[in-house]
Amino acid sequence: VDSQVTCPWRSNLVRPRKHIKNCYATYSPFQATSSVEIIMFLFNLQELAGEMVLMFSLFSVSTKAPIQWEERSVTAIKGPSGRWMIPPEAKESMDKSKIGLKGPLKTPIAAGHPSMNLLLRKTFDLYANVRPCASIEGYKTPYDDVNLVTIRENTEGEYSGIEHVIVNGVVQSIKLITEKASKRIAEYAFEYARNNQRISVTAVHKANIMRMSDGLFLRKCREVAENYKDIKFTEMYLDTVCLNMVQDPTQFDVLVMPNLYGDILSDLCAGLIGGLGVTPSGNIGANGVAIFESVHGTAPDIAGKDLANPTALLLSAVMMLRHMGLHGYAKKIEMACFDTIRDKKVLTKDLGGNSKCSEFTNEICRRVQDMD
Amino acid sequence: RVLLSGGSGVPVLLGSPPAKRGGRHTVTLIPGDGIGPELLNHVRDLFSFSRVPVDFEVVHVNSALTSEDDINNAITAIRRNGVALKGNMETNHNMPPSYKSRNNLLRVTLDLYANVMHCRSLSGVRTRHRNVDIIIVRENTEGEYSSLEHESVSGVVECLKIITRDKSLRIADYAFQLARKKGRHSVTAVHKANIMKLGDGLFLQCCKEVASGYPDITFDSMIVDNTTMQLVSKPQQFDVMVMPNLYGNVVSNVCAGLVGGPGLVPGANYGKDYAVFETGTRNTGKSIAGKNIANPTAMLLASCMMLDHLGLHAYASMIRSAVLLTMNKTQLHTADIGGQCTTSEIIQSIRREIQSSSPHITGSIEC
Repeated sequence: VDSQVTCPWRSNLVRPRKHIKNCYATYSPFQATSSVEIIMFLFNLQELAGEMVLMFSLFSVSTKAPIQWEERSVTAIKGPSGRWMIPPEAKESMDKSKIGLKGPLKTPIAAGHPSMNLLLRKTFDLYANVRPCASIEGYKTPYDDVNLVTIRENTEGEYSGIEHVIVNGVVQSIKLITEKASKRIAEYAFEYARNNQRISVTAVHKANIMRMSDGLFLRKCREVAENYKDIKFTEMYLDTVCLNMVQDPTQFDVLVMPNLYGDILSDLCAGLIGGLGVTPSGNIGANGVAIFESVHGTAPDIAGKDLANPTALLLSAVMMLRHMGLHGYAKKIEMACFDTIRDKKVLTKDLGGNSKCSEFTNEICRRVQDMD
Repeated sequence: RVLLSGGSGVPVLLGSPPAKRGGRHTVTLIPGDGIGPELLNHVRDLFSFSRVPVDFEVVHVNSALTSEDDINNAITAIRRNGVALKGNMETNHNMPPSYKSRNNLLRVTLDLYANVMHCRSLSGVRTRHRNVDIIIVRENTEGEYSSLEHESVSGVVECLKIITRDKSLRIADYAFQLARKKGRHSVTAVHKANIMKLGDGLFLQCCKEVASGYPDITFDSMIVDNTTMQLVSKPQQFDVMVMPNLYGNVVSNVCAGLVGGPGLVPGANYGKDYAVFETGTRNTGKSIAGKNIANPTAMLLASCMMLDHLGLHAYASMIRSAVLLTMNKTQLHTADIGGQCTTSEIIQSIRREIQSSSPHITGSIEC
């Protein structure tokens, strides 16, 4: 689409410009404790485990970041009450360290227990899912000027899991929207915008059809917006957002929305910049807990073959470092990663090259060391 | 299979309504809000210029009123005529929940269960993706749009999403029949059954059941978030897509954006007995109303779909080719697709095309 087009009815949102640094960041509502050695968590990853562990040991050594890793498995077990839960060692360790990094988890279909991602969410009350999407220089997609963040309410909405068969052949699924959760996510979104020099927050909804539920969400967003007059607040229907997003993603900055719309939109935005292989994600919980993860699948077909692309997990780690206040290290790793992709000499297969995962990681580590 | 048993069970897609008196059809016209009235005026003028044997019964619906009399009148008119062409009626979402969306009321009351949108890349419109050709079949009456909400405790709202076996079977059957009729090769069901196991699970199961009766058509399914991701990277992989209401809303808007925007794609709502045509993405276009810059393509193509539905294929082809020629060859574009023309200029060009392609139609260009 010709960028010279004047579209008089397009919203007058000021486009975020490239001076916005720290795209891959979160807002941490709690002050990090200032100890040099912060104990980290590396959740046990199925399948892609080998690659990721290798990558992290390499990069911890090269960056000399003051973090210590602890690995814990999160495969669901049945507790004494008969309910499924994550292993207590994992929970204890997480409560102590507060920060986690997680690789892909796959719940087998006939596992008998609920989704492990869902369990994690419930256990630590991970209410905000933050996914920054920015076009990566060197990784060409049809969209090269994306710079937005989707903030998704992660605990309720359509994913409450409450479904009933009313009579044979009629099913009802319940979508739950509460004042408390809506207020919490709206506050997080505005704090995020303020702390990361973002210009506007757009609430995405379908209140024309779901008047009470999305109406409540919208009202809470409006109320919270009153306290953040420095941030521009707009509301937009979900379908209009989708329509405009694929034509001109530069008009969006921070998007806040309930669970289902967030799921769809955050994946849509990930698709704009190149897919889940390069998209990081952070989950912010109550009580200072934050788990950062790559959201791609477990890729059983390439697991163990040193072919995986670690970019998503790497950028999630960058988000994590910023969350902890280790901005220097975060910047170094981020720059090294983007420089490597831009140079196009050492790239994994999905990015268009034919290097191995370890070669890609080594190249990034080399650049980090060169920067010191 | 009940749907194929003939008589009143025949879906509208297979039959066509009989011609009305004197070979002229009467169609209900609902101007709606925003750009609806001006675009529908252009449609009416173009029809009278082209001597199309269609009379419009105009029914106004004032969406600002809380009373439902207007929309009920419109529904009665559509029941009488069988076919309608409408603009979008605005829903003020700050009104209390007792005020229901007029568009939704119309769809549900008339049981217009299938919303069909054909998104096709046009050669004259520059977009990031080429060769997109997707037919979207969206369930139009249930799902998340059931408008069943209640506040169980103060500050906690529940909204019900209803999925029924009958309606899922019906829409799946419609999608497969449409695919067969149009010579399409595959149908993709879009769902979120990994999370909504019972609801979307039922939908998916119904699609699979129907698919088994159409061995000539490939059936696969995809989760909605992956679908949107695939649509923005490789939309050429999709052929016909069938899905429940809300995902249909998302996917149809994404696809419309991919081919050039809301001004280009027409939409149709089919029921067993009635059919209502409108623009595909159902936008009111409030901010551009009255400025003579709206893109008339979507509404004109919707009116051509209506003519096809009435059996007036010659007129439909004539108008459609004139519209597409103006878009692709003459390259007269409104601002939404990167041009600088006004709506009137586009309409003039279309009239010229019709005049030159069908000289037996008398009517001066300036009328």
